[in-house]
Amino acid sequence: MMEQAGRQIELLEMSAPANFPYNYSCGKIGSFFFKKLRDEKKIYGRKCPRCKKVYIPPRPVCGPCFAPTDEWVEVGPGGVLECFTVVFFGFLDPMTGKKRPVPYGYGLIRLDHADSRIQHFLSENDPKKLRVGMRMEAVFNQEREGKLSDIKWFQPVE
Amino acid sequence: MAGRAAIIATGQTFHKSRRRDVNIVELIHEAVSACLQDAEMSPADLDAVLIGNMEHFEGVYNADLWAAAETGAYLKHAMKITTGGTTGASVAHAGYYHVASGMFNCVLCIGWEKQSDGDTTAGLIFQSDPLFERSNMAGAIGTFALAASEYMNKFGITEEQAARVAVKNRGNALNNPHAHLRRAVTVQDVLSSPMLASPIKLMDMCPTSDGACAIIVASEEVAKKKSPNRPAWFKALSTRHDQPFNSDLPLLINMRTLRDAAKDAYAQAGIVNPIKELDVAEFYEPCTFAELSWYEALGLCELGGGGKLMDSGATQMTGELPVNPSGGVISTNCIGATAMIRVAEAAIQLMGKGGARQVPGAKTALATGFGGSFWTEITILERD
Amino acid sequence: MKQNDAILISSQVLQVSYNYSAGPVVSKFLVSLRDQKKILGIKCDKCGIVYVPPRATCGKCFSEMKQWVELSGRGRIETFTSVHYPEPVQPRGGPFILAVIKLDGSDTGLTHLVGEAEEKDLTIGTKLEAVFQENRTGHILDIKYFRPCRD
Repeated sequence: MMEQAGRQIELLEMSAPANFPYNYSCGKIGSFFFKKLRDEKKIYGRKCPRCKKVYIPPRPVCGPCFAPTDEWVEVGPGGVLECFTVVFFGFLDPMTGKKRPVPYGYGLIRLDHADSRIQHFLSENDPKKLRVGMRMEAVFNQEREGKLSDIKWFQPVE
Repeated sequence: MAGRAAIIATGQTFHKSRRRDVNIVELIHEAVSACLQDAEMSPADLDAVLIGNMEHFEGVYNADLWAAAETGAYLKHAMKITTGGTTGASVAHAGYYHVASGMFNCVLCIGWEKQSDGDTTAGLIFQSDPLFERSNMAGAIGTFALAASEYMNKFGITEEQAARVAVKNRGNALNNPHAHLRRAVTVQDVLSSPMLASPIKLMDMCPTSDGACAIIVASEEVAKKKSPNRPAWFKALSTRHDQPFNSDLPLLINMRTLRDAAKDAYAQAGIVNPIKELDVAEFYEPCTFAELSWYEALGLCELGGGGKLMDSGATQMTGELPVNPSGGVISTNCIGATAMIRVAEAAIQLMGKGGARQVPGAKTALATGFGGSFWTEITILERD
Repeated sequence: MKQNDAILISSQVLQVSYNYSAGPVVSKFLVSLRDQKKILGIKCDKCGIVYVPPRATCGKCFSEMKQWVELSGRGRIETFTSVHYPEPVQPRGGPFILAVIKLDGSDTGLTHLVGEAEEKDLTIGTKLEAVFQENRTGHILDIKYFRPCRD
């Protein structure tokens, strides 16, 4: 309700739930990457022939060089945690339409032999048990579908 | 050769968490009316209307058409621009390009967001990569939490130093009648506020606001003959984009796009020592840690020196370069409007219309815009 | 993911809930549909245009509008079409008739459904009247549809 010229006006809201299905093509590069993850539990980066950088996530073009990447390089499954957070605030996950379970840890991990980092879940959700510079390792799911979630999370290596 | 162009008027709504008393087009109309009033103009004086917001935040698309009546765009040249957090600055820059090209004389630029109608975190997740980042990223809060984690670890920046940014900006907001959050906070308040995503606490982060901002960009002729305000001239503009994945960037928060755009803009403006030569700055600081790091990226101090610069008081209202006299984004954040508010507040300082937030005698002002995976828009304004 | 020789396809769904504020002017229009089964227009004092649905600002002359006009709920078809394809966001499955209707006393067209009629019965200029839903919620579909006038 709001008051206007001494009279109460009822204010309405329209609830409009959106539900849009879509099919995102992984492309040639993404398909190779996810099949290797699914079938061999291996993580591959893509190398630029000019600056020699190995990119993860893999991509068809090196942005700075504007050169097509042309080589697959196996990276990880170990790496270094370069930054992290533990998420405590609740929010709607548009991928499911439900609240994403919190707390959860995620971070950027520099995989061995890669020049960029991968963003993924961490096994720990207590910030005190995590520190920048920690060695981490990918933990794969038993059942794999050809998605990033085939890597369950990265966990600290003792 | 580009012509000269100036901001000759500004208008803002009174920002809140939920403006249920208006719908989107009515909210936009408030800022447009305030701006036209400031310019002593009517829509008949305008020859173009440019507008921007983040469409997927509200699920409302094509505001250029949708709000044509309320913006004065009826049967006029109109265009919509969406570039992420930078949207409002992109619209202002587009206003400059329209006028500097010599093809338009008087352009109304609008940025708006009605965050309470939609879901911003869901919208931000949805604009990240569908295969690699949507499942794990946690909106702007999560991204800045990662950035702050890296920044603290690399340079020994403390949570107390970051908290001082909130204390400063929320204190400045008390002087700005348009600010959304107008309550002073202490370092202890910030440190003990609820943890959102470590190390970002509630008071380290910007709010979500409903609001709109408008400016009028005019040619030299219009600015000199028709403007009731002292014109704020565009002196330099620069925009930089980076790689699409946050994980590509070597040091997230220090923003190589901002460093590079600043270098470019300072060269255009002939600025050698920015902390001395700029009189006031309005940063698009989504969180406290960002402001500290951007002191460094903007060359106000050395890399890693942001905490010390904050501690020195140089960026306080009484310091060498007041940063965010308006209260900044930590006090008000209506996303599509936020980067334009930075430009508008910089212009207000040069017009001398800042009231209690005025930096005395400000002649050169800088505004930054932040967007998406750490891209940048810089605007430098000057007065005659 | 579906396997399609070499290329994988990721099938996802975007699910977000939007909550749109109608604002005072549109709220008054919708509340009047809901509580009184009355269609209101809003008139510009300066240029005389009556708008349905109502809005706060006259696009043509940029004036604030405050003068409400109660309409009879009758009007004429300006243009119409019969929709035959299904689309999940449409208010009903096809085929249905969609028309732009100029209500008596209004200067703008209102887009709405036409019921109790077939395409062959209609022509541009056909007189229509509003039929209201039993249960009304403050929504444009509180008008169930328009049907050809019976008198």
